[in-house]
Amino acid sequence: MKRLMIYLLLIIAALFFLLPLYVMLATSCKTMPEIYSQGILALPSHWNFDAWQHAWSAATIGAGSQGIHPFFFNSFELVIPAVIISTAIGAINGYILTHWRFRGANLVFYLLLLGTVFPFQIILLPMAWVQGKLHIAGTLIPGLVMVHVIYGLAFTTLFFRNYYVSIPHDLVRAAQVDGAGFFRIFWRIILPLSTPIIMVTAIWQFTMIWNNFLFGVVFTNSDQQPVTVAINDLVDTVTSVHMWNVDMAAALIAAAPTLLVYVLAGKYFVRGLTNGAIKG
Amino acid sequence: MGKLILHDIHKSYGKEKVLHGINIETGENQFLVLIGPSGCGKTTLLNIIAGLEQQSQGEILLNDRPLTHLSPKDRDIAMVFQSYALYPSMTVRNNILFGLENRGVPRAERQQILAEVTRMLQIESVLDRRPRQLSGGQQQRVAIGRAIARRPSLFLFDEPLSNLDAKLRVEMRSEIRRLHKQLQTSMVYVTHDQIEAMTMGDLIAVMNGGIIQQLGSPEEIYNNPANRFVAGFMGSPSMNFVPVTVRSGADGLALQVHGKEGGEVILPIPRRIQAALRPQEGRAITLGIRPEQISDPDSAREGEALHTLDLPVDLIEPTGPDTLVFTHLLGHPLVARVHPSTQLSVNGNCSLSLHLERAVFFDADTGKRLA
Repeated sequence: MKRLMIYLLLIIAALFFLLPLYVMLATSCKTMPEIYSQGILALPSHWNFDAWQHAWSAATIGAGSQGIHPFFFNSFELVIPAVIISTAIGAINGYILTHWRFRGANLVFYLLLLGTVFPFQIILLPMAWVQGKLHIAGTLIPGLVMVHVIYGLAFTTLFFRNYYVSIPHDLVRAAQVDGAGFFRIFWRIILPLSTPIIMVTAIWQFTMIWNNFLFGVVFTNSDQQPVTVAINDLVDTVTSVHMWNVDMAAALIAAAPTLLVYVLAGKYFVRGLTNGAIKG
Repeated sequence: MGKLILHDIHKSYGKEKVLHGINIETGENQFLVLIGPSGCGKTTLLNIIAGLEQQSQGEILLNDRPLTHLSPKDRDIAMVFQSYALYPSMTVRNNILFGLENRGVPRAERQQILAEVTRMLQIESVLDRRPRQLSGGQQQRVAIGRAIARRPSLFLFDEPLSNLDAKLRVEMRSEIRRLHKQLQTSMVYVTHDQIEAMTMGDLIAVMNGGIIQQLGSPEEIYNNPANRFVAGFMGSPSMNFVPVTVRSGADGLALQVHGKEGGEVILPIPRRIQAALRPQEGRAITLGIRPEQISDPDSAREGEALHTLDLPVDLIEPTGPDTLVFTHLLGHPLVARVHPSTQLSVNGNCSLSLHLERAVFFDADTGKRLA
């Protein structure tokens, strides 16, 4: 009986969170007349993917009518280097902060921690100034990549540092006596133990960067914008009627990669968050 | 060949001084044991020898080669850690080969060394396993194998046996001794276990409070302790300490033991040390006597004068080869070691003889050895 209640509660909670997704999916597969004539929760009379087609390759965004697909690829161009670079630097930072401690290491760590509580808005102006000085303002690569790498460093460093603290320092000392240097120890001893935290950090960064709107809208010019900004433009560009089905389809396309990442790698995320300790 | 010289090593962390001028010089290929209670600085000293920590002051020479400014990898040393510190992601084989690869040893030679080491330590069967699949004893052997493979001029051991069960510890103790003989290389071994120190060391450095209390052979340390700390630290059960006063009597000097609740006992002072204790006349000093020096009256060796007392038995602990008797002399607790066949009953009395010839004496305040 108790079990039944638990499952019932879980099912209700799951339905509650799945409901918006259902509404989006159903709406995206309806025609406009159907949307107006039926309730929001009704199933489409037949599944129609015209709105998806339109959102992908024909919808008007900003000046052109090319759909969201170029912006979708923009987001990949942004997210792949930004995730790799911020994760790699975070790993090295974490390695240094735990196993190559220097005078003031704690201070550096706490300053970095402070970086995790800065709201996005605080860095907009100084970052714009820096990008102007570097003549990379408005660019996706390297401009927006740089913004995300710098903003993400605080998080990636924190993740790796907290994970590497649990790796026994004797391993590093043994490797030093064994004749290995800084990078060789990292590469041969530390990195092979890091799979869970790399997965956690990469998923986190992927989600943060892919879903980010503010940096994209502030730091990129129109044709370089990531997909989140494009959707906003799409929704804002109202001609005669508001194409709800196209909006929903575009939003689902934009959300697909993050959903996919969680489906494929979610187990690492849960495992990595719960399982910090390593047995030597 | 190998010879290690530590000259005036100091170490402090900020204001806190951990080592206060350590001086040690070992003979050729000696087995040096650093022993002391936790926090005495022995592990810090080992790390300094390894180059994992930098001394604040002082010099280290290995075979006349100064190590002070070399990084750990250039010191030609190998180290075995208490936690073994085997690389978890590598197989046993790769754990052993890692150090050789780092040093660019040619492949053929690496394989030859690997074969030699695995044979020496009998770990052929586990070569392709990962450390977590090994028992504690096997991990220990692999850790030693990894150190041996490097053929260093100096081995460092940081309490390597403290995570093993008692039986395995005894086995590995003799195994490490055997390796020392076989490899003909200097070893520095840190432990807090005085049996390990006594059985393994050629040279023992007893440390406390960042100072070497005594440096000497196991026999010297045990029979001729430099101060009360060394006397009490080495030996199990610990040496008995009894406060006494030096009095002059009919036959020269004698020891007066005051009872905790009144009463007194006079013990004779052996002729050999009469002169040494002469300046202490009238002063309170500490008598140190080991449990095996309080024994059955028939345990005297030829020509040895014993002082026999009738003492109460508080507790009996049979250990097998001999029996420990917990007793007291006018309220001062004493532990005696008697033959297992001795008839004893708790709360009864027992005739025990003090081998005062072999007793030692310390200053009551400073703990310095007087005689």
